Amino acid sequence: MVDTGTTAWILTSASLVLLMTPALAMFYGGMNRHRGVLNMMMMSFGALGLVSVLWVLYGYSFAFGDSVGGLIGNPVQYLGLDGILQADAEMTGDEVAVGTYPTLAFVAFQAAFAIITVALISGAVADRAKFSTWMVFSGIWVSVVYFPVAHWVFAFQGEELDQGGWIGSRLGTIDLAGGTAVHINAGAAALALAVVLGRRKGFGKEPMRPNNLPLVMLGAGLLWFGWFGFNAASFLTADGVAAYVWVNTLVAPGAAMLGWLLVERLRDGASTSLGAASGVVAGLVAITPACGAVTPVGAILVGAIAGVVCAFAVGLKYKLGYDDALDVVGVHLVGGLVGTVLIAFFASAEATAYGQDGLLYGGGLDLLFKQTVPALAVLAYSFVVTLLIGLALKATMGFRVSAEAEAEGIDSAEHAESAYEFSGIGARAFSPRTSESTSKSEVSA
Amino acid sequence: MKLVTAVIKPHKLDDVKNALEAFGIQGMTVSEASGYGRQRGHTEVYRGAEYTSDLVPKVRIEVLVDDTGAPDVLDVIVRASQTGRIGDGKVWASPVDEVVRVRTGERGVEAI
Repeated sequence: MVDTGTTAWILTSASLVLLMTPALAMFYGGMNRHRGVLNMMMMSFGALGLVSVLWVLYGYSFAFGDSVGGLIGNPVQYLGLDGILQADAEMTGDEVAVGTYPTLAFVAFQAAFAIITVALISGAVADRAKFSTWMVFSGIWVSVVYFPVAHWVFAFQGEELDQGGWIGSRLGTIDLAGGTAVHINAGAAALALAVVLGRRKGFGKEPMRPNNLPLVMLGAGLLWFGWFGFNAASFLTADGVAAYVWVNTLVAPGAAMLGWLLVERLRDGASTSLGAASGVVAGLVAITPACGAVTPVGAILVGAIAGVVCAFAVGLKYKLGYDDALDVVGVHLVGGLVGTVLIAFFASAEATAYGQDGLLYGGGLDLLFKQTVPALAVLAYSFVVTLLIGLALKATMGFRVSAEAEAEGIDSAEHAESAYEFSGIGARAFSPRTSESTSKSEVSA
Repeated sequence: MKLVTAVIKPHKLDDVKNALEAFGIQGMTVSEASGYGRQRGHTEVYRGAEYTSDLVPKVRIEVLVDDTGAPDVLDVIVRASQTGRIGDGKVWASPVDEVVRVRTGERGVEAI
């Protein structure tokens, strides 16, 4: 029986999650230097275009086809969404493909997850990755890393143990909306790409201050808004559990923001707006796997710990020397690990969804194993495979723009645009394109 | 004749302008400036990374006065621009050899 309330909530949430990628573009774009803000935003938008298409063509099948050994979905089962469309189109009030909503609603919801996971990685390679190589990387990465890992974590097919992914369905790891599949996955990939590409020119020596902090705040706010769909629709219900998760998605980022601001006040002397925005995102990342397993008070603790830990973690890149430009590792990898592992401590059987107690509520070490092993497995798989993809692309297409293009600014070098009009000084002649004068040489002349 | 030059905090410009008008000064030149004194600029923090800017935004005011008026004009500017906090700026007077009013060709004190 199709439940219109559930269907409406899932489709609304799919739209909310889709909004997170443009929001991420603003969050990252504002944090970047002014001469690379458009490239930063374009890497998110590029993922939006590419991954949505791949998802329909074969991604959904890779992730949610019948499980092949718990490792990947049957790659040909739903090619081009074959088999889903007919069932959904014929669905009336009492016929249904899966559960109480059209399968396509789930296809839509999960598509947005795949898109933002790819976009998240781009924060590590600000100001120096060739856009063409980034797009090729995105297509390969989402196919060989994200789609399989999404299967591991999110594919629950039936009751039998030989179906579904090895992490979520077989091992029983608690990861509601993707602490492992989304955040640890993207964070580990970001670390690998930062290593492959090397540091920005002047990293650690020249100031690289954000170009637009109000844009960062707007992006963080819209991310939070979209995140309510991300988490609160992940049980695929519109009921008390969804409301429960919603409240946890409210308080964890709140507590994380307070934690981050407190660290800044004590360490740096001032609580900053960038710290507030970063704290919110760190809290959202950490509560993503945990929001169905902890009480609201537990969510506050998870958030506060994530805020404090991530505020310190973003400094690691200066100590260790990798240029994770916009702190994807410090916020998403570390925040994802914090949230995923803390479930083993803060899970409460009172929290409606899973009925499991963590260590602090008298639970055993079993849950700690279930949370830690998959987190490290996803970290290792994503890091190693991303490293290999990155090195292969570096050797063939080249992954970095020229030193000259980097110095001049990647926006003009890669996109023939600049974000802001600062002054008329140095402005060049304007020649509208006509059908006779559209050759590339004239544009660059 | 003297040229009185003041480099002050931008938000004090209106106070100084009003005070000089009340004192009877009839003209001045104002420009945007940036610089630093002993306080050496300011520090901003982004995710724990500190960025120091040496040059702080300032306003420069220039006023031509006759020799006897200069000490009073210095006092007026100081009183109007003082906050007592670091970075209030400097005011000084320097000798001027000749002044010409462009419209009429008048010279010296007449041209002020």
